[in-house]
Amino acid sequence: MQGNFLDNLPKIYGLYTGGFLVFIVLMAILEQMGVGADTIGILFVAFTIFIYAAIGFLSRTMEVDAYYVAGRSVPPVFNGMATAADWMSGASFVALAGGIYFGGHGYLAFVVGWTGGYVLVNSLMAPYLRKFGCYTVPDFIGTRYGGNLARFCAVIILVVTSFTYVTAQINATGTIAARALHIPFEVGVWFGLLGILLCSMLGGMRAVTWTQVAQYIVLIIAYLVPVIWMSNKQGFGLLPHFSYGDAVQKIAEIEAAVGLAKPTWDVPGGLKVLTVAHNAPGDTFASWKFITLALCMMAGTASLPHILMRYFTTPTVRAARKSVAWSLFFIFLLYFTAPALATLTKLQLLDSSLPTAIIGKSFEEVANLDWIKNWASVNFLAINDANGNGVLDLNEFAMRTGIVVLATPEIAGLPYVISGLVAAGGMAAAMSTADGLLLAIANALSHDLYYKIIDPKADTRVRLLVARGLLIVIGCAAAFVASLKLTGILGAVAWAFCFACSGLFFPLVLGVWWKRANRQGAVAGMVLGFLAGSLYLIYIQNGGTKILGLDGLRFGIIGMPVSLIAMVVVSLMTPEPDEEIQKMVDETRIPSGQTILGSTQ
Amino acid sequence: MSQNNADARVRHWERTRNLTYLVLVIWFIFSFVVHWFAGSLNNASFLGFPLGYYFAVQGSLAIFVILIFFQNWMQDKIDDEAGVSEEEE
Repeated sequence: MQGNFLDNLPKIYGLYTGGFLVFIVLMAILEQMGVGADTIGILFVAFTIFIYAAIGFLSRTMEVDAYYVAGRSVPPVFNGMATAADWMSGASFVALAGGIYFGGHGYLAFVVGWTGGYVLVNSLMAPYLRKFGCYTVPDFIGTRYGGNLARFCAVIILVVTSFTYVTAQINATGTIAARALHIPFEVGVWFGLLGILLCSMLGGMRAVTWTQVAQYIVLIIAYLVPVIWMSNKQGFGLLPHFSYGDAVQKIAEIEAAVGLAKPTWDVPGGLKVLTVAHNAPGDTFASWKFITLALCMMAGTASLPHILMRYFTTPTVRAARKSVAWSLFFIFLLYFTAPALATLTKLQLLDSSLPTAIIGKSFEEVANLDWIKNWASVNFLAINDANGNGVLDLNEFAMRTGIVVLATPEIAGLPYVISGLVAAGGMAAAMSTADGLLLAIANALSHDLYYKIIDPKADTRVRLLVARGLLIVIGCAAAFVASLKLTGILGAVAWAFCFACSGLFFPLVLGVWWKRANRQGAVAGMVLGFLAGSLYLIYIQNGGTKILGLDGLRFGIIGMPVSLIAMVVVSLMTPEPDEEIQKMVDETRIPSGQTILGSTQ
Repeated sequence: MSQNNADARVRHWERTRNLTYLVLVIWFIFSFVVHWFAGSLNNASFLGFPLGYYFAVQGSLAIFVILIFFQNWMQDKIDDEAGVSEEEE
């Protein structure tokens, strides 16, 4: 059956995609027949979650290999899609375009960082870790450097990193579920968790892989369809991606004409007024901020355990490399659309020659627009004629970042079915990332902490039960933290990248690329790098003065050099690793032959 | 392991390493250098975009995608020539 399933993958997912498109058409027909917007939103979210849960149930397993690494049988293109879904979080989907809208050129460092990181994954990490044949990232650290201490440090960093990230994702599922299903946010969080656990609990990595592929298909359709539709409707061309250069220039002219003034009224919490130019790279300091942010995001990408572990699931080393290439391609499809969406949305709102414009229009007229009223009623936007001139000025319009994606269909006057589709896409993005993260944490705790350190004699059934129990416990803890609403979605995401690169980047890279790296060095690198980064974050959060302008999004710039220096100095001060380890590193560097951990598990 | 075999492996790693260096240099240019000079690059235009802006929204991204496919194609050749690629499964 299994072989059969793998051979038929293109057909199965082709049918699935077709089925989803039919579902969209069906919803559009229902809308025409007068079914309410609320019902359509609920159907979209409920139907897609039901499909994911069904895939999760069908992929249930009691085999260790299937549970931890999907049986190492995922073909590269499908692993690429699964990684792309694993990677693109609720924040990428909902907040990225809005971030570009408000943040201008400086914010594009995220876009560059989150794609460039895959070059590091491919050239420094993925093929070698795949050859190693580990189940988890701490498994690599523990075997390469030897000893439970190194393994334990890696587990701690993994848990802190992934937990920071997963609360943000569960927060996003809660927000979307709350809006689509009309339930309170706190209930939405637990509802989201239920969906996430249905996908991962019974089948581990195997179930998560096949649901993530399904989720990628939903999220990319949900992202591209509204943008392309809007572009055609508003006359920006068939594919907006290659023709919005003029729009960028036009926005610069409008900005110069109306001015980017600070708001003179009390903007409600969470809402923002546009004050940053769309494309103004600025001085040396701005460039420094750009490249430090990009570097943190890149090194973070290459050390995030939930991403690296996706490359453990391919059949071969070559397939692992190939799937990194496909991952980035599938991610690229969304990331090169987001700036187009941000630019076109901004032009639509600002350019008074377009019918959708609101800036410069009579205040009363704007206040009566349907989409303004809808989103204002849920506190996603606010307008205030602060200077009382009867016209809506740029600094009198405030909104949340997420609105750029969520409200685009309404601003452009698309049918409601598109809004339902976008909600389903956001849900897919947040759920798929949350699944990957929860699994990374639970697997590290069950495999590395429980099986490798606490009870090496545990039998398969017990190990898999422990893994599942942990999944539920961690999921509940994350949902609880998310329901407290401690940080905004994107802040927490950037922290996770900085935690990962501060603690894990150099121990992982040097484990393959520097034979002389030893256990003492790796432990020093992990502990000191992670501590330096974390302490700097705490210092900044408590109002400390920024060193070189490094804020809480960039604390990896402090952590990484500390980690590197500590690791090199301590390694050189202590004896070199024994011959067996050195041979292991040599073996890691060639694709052929048995995996390092091959027969020992 | 025969001496020949050991030499082939050393050579294989050397070529792998050089390819990786090349990839990282290209990566560095399009990750950092072009964005550092985004302001000056904006004076030029490409497809109607200011050039510095274009790199940040599409250019660098597309180059990263191509770069990985290119690296894999080269690495496959290196592995094949050294006789260390895996059996097709």
